[in-house]
Amino acid sequence: MSKEPQKPDVGADEPVSVLERPTRRSFLTRVGAAGVAIGTGQLHSVALADSDNSQEAPAAASAPADSANMHVRLNVNGSNYELDIDPRTTLLDCVREHLHLTGTKKGCDHGQCGACTVHVDGRRVNSCLSLAVTHEGEAITTIEGIGKPGALHPMQAAFVEHDGFQCGYCTSGQIMSAVALLHEPYGHSDDDVKEAMSGNICRCGAYTNIVSAIQQVRRKI
Amino acid sequence: MEAFQLKLVANVDQAIGFAQPAANGQANDASTRFLAGGTTLLDLMKLDVERPTQVIDIHRLPLDQVETIDGGGVTIGATVRNSDLANHPLIKSHYPVLSQALLSGASAQLRNMATTGGNLLQRTRCVYFRDPVTPCNKREPGTGCSAIEGYNRNLAILGTSEHCIATNPSDMNVAMTALEATIHVESAQGKRDIAIDDFFLLPGNTPERETTLNPGELITHVTLPAPVPGNRSVYLKLRDRASYEFALASAAVVVRVSSGKIDHIRIALGGVGVKPWRSKEAEAQLLGRAPDATAFRAAAEAALQSAHVQSQNGFKVELAKRCIQHALTLATQTA
Repeated sequence: MSKEPQKPDVGADEPVSVLERPTRRSFLTRVGAAGVAIGTGQLHSVALADSDNSQEAPAAASAPADSANMHVRLNVNGSNYELDIDPRTTLLDCVREHLHLTGTKKGCDHGQCGACTVHVDGRRVNSCLSLAVTHEGEAITTIEGIGKPGALHPMQAAFVEHDGFQCGYCTSGQIMSAVALLHEPYGHSDDDVKEAMSGNICRCGAYTNIVSAIQQVRRKI
Repeated sequence: MEAFQLKLVANVDQAIGFAQPAANGQANDASTRFLAGGTTLLDLMKLDVERPTQVIDIHRLPLDQVETIDGGGVTIGATVRNSDLANHPLIKSHYPVLSQALLSGASAQLRNMATTGGNLLQRTRCVYFRDPVTPCNKREPGTGCSAIEGYNRNLAILGTSEHCIATNPSDMNVAMTALEATIHVESAQGKRDIAIDDFFLLPGNTPERETTLNPGELITHVTLPAPVPGNRSVYLKLRDRASYEFALASAAVVVRVSSGKIDHIRIALGGVGVKPWRSKEAEAQLLGRAPDATAFRAAAEAALQSAHVQSQNGFKVELAKRCIQHALTLATQTA
């Protein structure tokens, strides 16, 4: 049984329109698609120029391995999803592009920045370095699964209270890391928090406030 | 990322069956990779440095236990996560050098993913190896080494050849080398036990071959011998920033002092060698001597005697010496 991802709640006073309400995401997706089309055209012309100048026949493409989609059942934020996806799909791309849970962010895509941090069976991991189809039977939690507007996780509330972000891009990864940290064997000092959070990079440099937010929650529990 | 066939397996027999060269109709299994934590493999697949046609997911094989063995040693399953290993009571109490090394590596997220077997096979961070556009003998044998005339600040000064100066990046491997670990592997042809110092190869003329692991062989577990009673051990890592950074130089020291003399000593270095670098030269300088600054400096000098520096990494010689001296000081100081 496949489950459509939930649509975001729309308030009753929202204007009803036959046109899709533009969101930041739909806008950026279209701009991105246009960028890809232009980029492909340039790449194509470069390839043509190469073959014009070369006496050699282009190398035959090696036969691709079977890239057939694989079926997978995933449990994300307590809901079950059935998907047929390319085995190359990372857990990050799966939750963002297939489940439309876009709170999890793609930063470096190489396990260096922590923006993609999610929990697998309660442990924080870099979802960009994990294949989605290998996670059947495991409980995956994304930022959407720990709190909601009006019912924030204490860590989310603390980040708001302490101004633990500026642009916000790293924030969901920071919060997912911080929530997992609550159950990990780290010491009590600010330095311990800094060490524990070193896998989450904040380009804006909100580190001081992030540490304050995390320490407030740690002292309360 | 290139396309591949993904195999999900339930036990070791299935895993080595799929990896067996004859089973998948290939001349060799160079294009088969076991996937555990994925922290190295998927990273390199995204860069097109690794292009396996078959990937075997082993992360849920029942190889995730840390247990004592007869004789007082410990066995560590290949899929034990770095964080679980570092925080395991047996490791923290009997092999603190290993716990410290693991916790000094990568980030909390990566340590939650990375496994014991995977870390043994961690690939170098040499920027040319990671960039498929530039020549690299390790990635494309015979194309040349871009690092020797290029950016080599982070690269090796011990064990290098004219074909490769790539550093082994692992912290865990350095501690395992000082602890004289044995690596246990299995394939359709049977089982083998390999001493860790024989597991890693020098680059020589074949930098693409980093270990003695044969095609189709799966690391199943690692064993550590019983700790020497009364020993103390330390892992000291020096790097450009305080956390989440690879070593410029590191030292794993296991030492015991009896009646004022060192009667057991193992030293391994990280960040400076093409492989986790056991220094028997340094050990020879220390055995039977009093643990003092003169002996420590002599050991440090001996360890770096054969160093071969490049245009940018000459600073590592003195850095590694001081790393050894400080690690020895920490491991022998009386509280």
